[in-house]
Amino acid sequence: MRTILSKKKIRDDFVRKIEEISGQKLLACYQCGKCSAGCPAVAEMDILPNQVIRYAQLGFKEELLEAKSVWICASCYTCNVRCPKGIKIAEVMEAVRQVLLRKRKDHVEVPKLSAEDKASVPAIALISSFRKFTS
Amino acid sequence: MKVSYYPGCTLKSNAKNFEDSALCALRELGVDVQELRRWNCCGTVYSLTTDDLMHHLASVRNLIRVKEEQADSVMTLCAMCYNTLKRVNERIKADPDSLQKIHKFMDEEKIAYRGDVKVRHLLELLREDVKFEAIGKKVKKPLHNLKVASYYGCLLVRPKEIGLDDMENPTVLDDLMAVLGANPVDFPYKTECCGAYLTVDKPETVADRTFSILTSARGRGAEVVSVSCPLCAFNLDHRQKETAKKYSEFKKIPILYFTQLLAIAMGCGEESLRLDLHYVDPQPLLRQKGLI
Repeated sequence: MRTILSKKKIRDDFVRKIEEISGQKLLACYQCGKCSAGCPAVAEMDILPNQVIRYAQLGFKEELLEAKSVWICASCYTCNVRCPKGIKIAEVMEAVRQVLLRKRKDHVEVPKLSAEDKASVPAIALISSFRKFTS
Repeated sequence: MKVSYYPGCTLKSNAKNFEDSALCALRELGVDVQELRRWNCCGTVYSLTTDDLMHHLASVRNLIRVKEEQADSVMTLCAMCYNTLKRVNERIKADPDSLQKIHKFMDEEKIAYRGDVKVRHLLELLREDVKFEAIGKKVKKPLHNLKVASYYGCLLVRPKEIGLDDMENPTVLDDLMAVLGANPVDFPYKTECCGAYLTVDKPETVADRTFSILTSARGRGAEVVSVSCPLCAFNLDHRQKETAKKYSEFKKIPILYFTQLLAIAMGCGEESLRLDLHYVDPQPLLRQKGLI
């Protein structure tokens, strides 16, 4: 894969937005990979949790907004509690989701769920799914 | 001992086995549980963004309900309610600006809430107030020869400032099982995420997690896995159907709330266990062990 780094991307508003919504300082991450090592969801991720942070540092907006990883992260906080720099990776994942959700790009489309789908899971599952994956 | 109790949505429906068993066990332990007269959804998940106060309101309203009943603490059973209510409480305590904005929005509330309600999980009440030693003395039906793997999941133990035990190697549920006479089984997946709400849009992912978690517990000799969260319970119990379809080598295992095991040990009747709500029927095992 050909990757182009540029000051323009790094200084893009997108990077500031992720930092602001997540409340995290992205450049504090030194890419040790501990978050990815302990993540129970990495097998299904296209970009590992440490790469999500790296992409955010470098302003890889399109790549992040298209990443499946943020929708596979279920905010279990294993990465957060283990990060040696105290970075809240789950909050960064949430910020990427929110950039999309705030433009009404829902990940779970409620009207497409059948009555049977909805009845087959408890209220706690539906509410948390809609809270995390819809606008 | 009087305790204010916040049930949350699922305890009144799919997790009635969690609520009924807990309430019966607490009666036997001499705890007077008073459900809040009014309550609403806690929000189920804590909003992780810096600028989203709206999603904290549901929790704050519940904490106001606690104050209205002149209580200074509230007990939850559900791990998700516990985590969400406690985190929102900590957030508004630490951030007066947010609190002020929330007050302005909720100007119809009669109490300007200040974060002074203590949010506690049933396990904390049992460990710190009732005390495990006293529970041990009240056991009527010891869980002898029952090998129980306790699954903690995420939200009882993470993040660190919210968790009620060691976040990497919690033992509180195992300690409780030991005083009830059971054989606690430690296993490496006890704090691994079950997939939570991915059960709605990615049930196959939850089936993978359920396979790993339960196969690990069984491999360590567990006969039953105990849980403390209605969403974990659904994923680990009901999603065994999908797990068995995906993994031919998978062997089903019953899932029980820790409160059901506590209720059995306290001598509660079978009607409080609501064993009809399970996907994998725990009755053959419990009968074989002479527990029902």
